[in-house]
Amino acid sequence: MLRAYLLLAAGVFAIGLFGVLTRRNAVGILLGIELMLNAVNINLVAFARYGAGVAGWVLTLFTIAITVAEIAVGLAIVIVIFRVRRTVEADHLTLLRG
Amino acid sequence: MTGEAIGLVGLAVLLLLASLQVVLARNLFHSVLWLALALVATAGLFLLLHAEFLAAAQVLLYAGGVVTIVVFAIMLTERLVGESIQQMNRGIGWGALVAAAVFATVAAVLFRAPLPAEPGGPDPATLAGLGRALLTAWVLPFEALAVLLLAALLAAVHVARTEE
Repeated sequence: MLRAYLLLAAGVFAIGLFGVLTRRNAVGILLGIELMLNAVNINLVAFARYGAGVAGWVLTLFTIAITVAEIAVGLAIVIVIFRVRRTVEADHLTLLRG
Repeated sequence: MTGEAIGLVGLAVLLLLASLQVVLARNLFHSVLWLALALVATAGLFLLLHAEFLAAAQVLLYAGGVVTIVVFAIMLTERLVGESIQQMNRGIGWGALVAAAVFATVAAVLFRAPLPAEPGGPDPATLAGLGRALLTAWVLPFEALAVLLLAALLAAVHVARTEE
């Protein structure tokens, strides 16, 4: 049963990774990151139920809070980029390319 | 099949379908709505795993807060409303390959690892235990997290301010 939960989390993580690698819009990439962090939470809570105890719950709360902070700062950056460059397509934001 | 297994299968199908729609939908706004569904399905999984407080926190913070923030960001960064432009870049093949490889690696490890068969354990998690742990054993990361949230809030406000 634990294996089922962990496989499900791995599947969601892989889908999120696919989204991060293939989306053009910067907000779309951030949505993929959200899926990956959600998969990690499923993993933590499953392990908390199957032996890890309260440590899994504590780490889940931490990742939820950190995700909220990361989304806030990430989207603030995306908004500023749009204000300056009028685009949020990842292919067009190439100023740092060597 | 036990009730938990039936619930797990149903929620798993819902979660996987919603996740696929998040990364494949052409309209970005639809992606956000599918993400909200995926996060609520995850909250259902938390309920199956006897983590009621986390299920509530997930719905409040993730499906409530994060989805709202992303909707605002989409509203502020889309030039044309309702446009369904090509949302995938050229690397779809490689992206799918990498994602499949990651999943295959994790699945291979999972099928080989000795995992506990029964739930429970030496010290099952309780809500009182969670509160106690956050203030005794985990107090340092807890306080650091508070500082992190404050810093992130200040950073977001400062970065996105309009110039005078």
